[in-house]
Amino acid sequence: MTPAPLVQCLGVGKTFAARPAPITALSAVDLQVQDGEFVTIVGASGCGKSTLLRAIGGLEGFDSGRILVEGRAVRGPGPDRAMVFQNYSLYPWLTVTQNIRFTRRLAAHTAGRTSASVESALGRCDALLRLMGLQHVAQAHPNQLSGGMQQRVAIARALQGRPRILLMDEPFGALDAQTREVMHDLILHVSELERSTVIFVTHDVEEAIYLGKRVVLMAPRPGRIDSVYDVPLPAHRSQDMKQAPEFLALRRTILDRIRATAGMKTDLDLLQQLSGLSAL
Amino acid sequence: MRDATAAAPAAPTGLARQLRALGSIRAPLDRRVGTALALVGLLAPLLAWLLVTLYASVNKVFLPGPGDVALRLWHWWSEDNLSADIGISVFRVVAGWALSALIAVPLGLLIGTYRSVQALLEPLTDFIRYMPAVAFIPLVMLWIGIDESSKVAIIFIGTFFQMVLMVAEDVRRVPMAQIEAAQTMGATRGEILEQVIFASARPALLDTLRVTMGWAWTYLVVAELVAANSGLGYAIIKAQRFLQTDKIFAGILLIGAIGLAIDQAFRLAHRMAFPWLHAGDRR
Repeated sequence: MTPAPLVQCLGVGKTFAARPAPITALSAVDLQVQDGEFVTIVGASGCGKSTLLRAIGGLEGFDSGRILVEGRAVRGPGPDRAMVFQNYSLYPWLTVTQNIRFTRRLAAHTAGRTSASVESALGRCDALLRLMGLQHVAQAHPNQLSGGMQQRVAIARALQGRPRILLMDEPFGALDAQTREVMHDLILHVSELERSTVIFVTHDVEEAIYLGKRVVLMAPRPGRIDSVYDVPLPAHRSQDMKQAPEFLALRRTILDRIRATAGMKTDLDLLQQLSGLSAL
Repeated sequence: MRDATAAAPAAPTGLARQLRALGSIRAPLDRRVGTALALVGLLAPLLAWLLVTLYASVNKVFLPGPGDVALRLWHWWSEDNLSADIGISVFRVVAGWALSALIAVPLGLLIGTYRSVQALLEPLTDFIRYMPAVAFIPLVMLWIGIDESSKVAIIFIGTFFQMVLMVAEDVRRVPMAQIEAAQTMGATRGEILEQVIFASARPALLDTLRVTMGWAWTYLVVAELVAANSGLGYAIIKAQRFLQTDKIFAGILLIGAIGLAIDQAFRLAHRMAFPWLHAGDRR
C-alpha cells in the first residue's frame, strides 16, 4: 500500500468575477503529490497554474473542493508550505544572512525556543549559505546581488524553516538562460539533499521536464489539469539529457498539447494571413 | 601590418566627456560637477539681483539690494532679537509637523494595509485636504484660542491630511511578494505589519516626512496671522504694514535657508539610516 499523499487537491474550483462573463480559474482540479516528489506544473498563461499553487500555499482562497496537506485542510498560509516567488520577495533592508534567518524573528518559529534550537537554526543558516554558494555574499544586501544570486537567497530563506513542501512560482522566470541552467542543477541538487517535496510552476516546457519527476499540464478556459506525464529520465539529471530522444519526444508532445489547448490556432491563422498579405 | 588602434579616433578628454555627459539623458553626473552646478543655480539669481539693484534705478521700496537685506538682517539679529523669532517659528513648525506625523504615520499604515480602513477614511481625508487651511483660522481661534497651540493647530491642519495620504501610498507600494513571503514563513498579522510593511516602507516614509516638513514651513506665515507677536512669519506681516521691503526679503530668505538646512539634514539622515540604498552613490 502506498502512503497517503502529502498534498491532495480534491475537486478544487475557483471563479473570478469579471466582465462580460465570470472566469473559471480552476475547474475540478484533482492532484496528488507524494512525499519527496518533484512535480512541475506547466501550461499557457491563464491556465490557473499559479492560482493552484497559491491556493495550496494558502495565499488564495477557492470556492469548491478541498486541499489537504498531511491530511489537514488548508485554511491559510503557514510555515509548512514555503513559497519562492519570481522576484521582489527579499527584504532589501536586511543582509543575505538576516534574510535567511528572518524566520527567527517570528513567534511561529521561536515558541519554546531553547539555546539548542537557536544553535541549530544558526547552523542551518550556515549550511544553507554553503549549499547555495552564498558564503562570500553573506553580509551583502540583496540589491548588491545579481538576479540569480537573489533567487538563491530566496530559496535558502524558504528552506530555513524546514518546510514540508516547497512551492515555487516561476522562480527563474526573470533570469537569463545561462543562469537558469545553473539554477536548475542547483535546485535539483538541493532538493535531493534536503529530500524536499517541490511543486514548481513554470511556462517553460524544457524546464518543466528537466526538473520534474512528473509534469502536470494545465489548460485554460476553464483552468484545468489536461494531462500528466511521467518523465522517462533517470532520477539524477544532467544537462546532456536535454538532447536525449526521450526528452525531445516528451517536449514535442507537451508543446503540441499546449498549443492544442491554448487556443493558439487563431494566432497562427492570423500570422498566416499576414504573411499571405505581405506576399501579395 | 597596420596598428588597429592607431586609426581609432582619440578618446575624448575628461572635460569633453563631462560636457557631453551634461546633455545625456539620465547619465550619471560627476560629484564635483554636480556641486558646481548647484552653486551656480543658487548664486546666479543672487548675482542677477545684485546687478539689477546696482545698475537699474529701482526704488528700494520695490526692490532692496542684497546689501540692504544683509544690513537689515544684522540689525534684526543685534537689536530685534532675531534668534527668538527663529526659535519660536522653528518650534511652531516642528511641533505642528511632529504632531501630524505622530497621528498620520500609524493611520496611513492602517489605510495602506487594510482596504476596510481605506474605504472608511480615505474619501473623508481627500475631502478635507482640499479645504484651505487659512479659512480655518477663525474656527481655530474660536475653538482653541489665540495662544501657542492655535499656531501649531494651523500648521497641523495644513500638513496632516496630505501626510496621511502620502504615508498610505508609501505603504501600498510595499511589494505584495514581500508580504506573502512572510505569510508563508508563518508570520502573524502584527509581525507582518511591524517586521515587513513598516520596515519596508521606512525609506519612503522618511522622504514623505521630509517633503511634508517643507509644506509645514509654507503654512508658517498663515499660522502666525493668528494673534502672534513673535516669529518669522509675524515679522514679515509686520514689515508689510510698515512697507519695510528689506525685512520682508530677509524673512523670506531666512525661511528658505532654514528649510534648505532641514531638508539637507533629512537627506543625511536618509543616507545614514538606509545605507544599502545609497551604496551606489559613493564615487
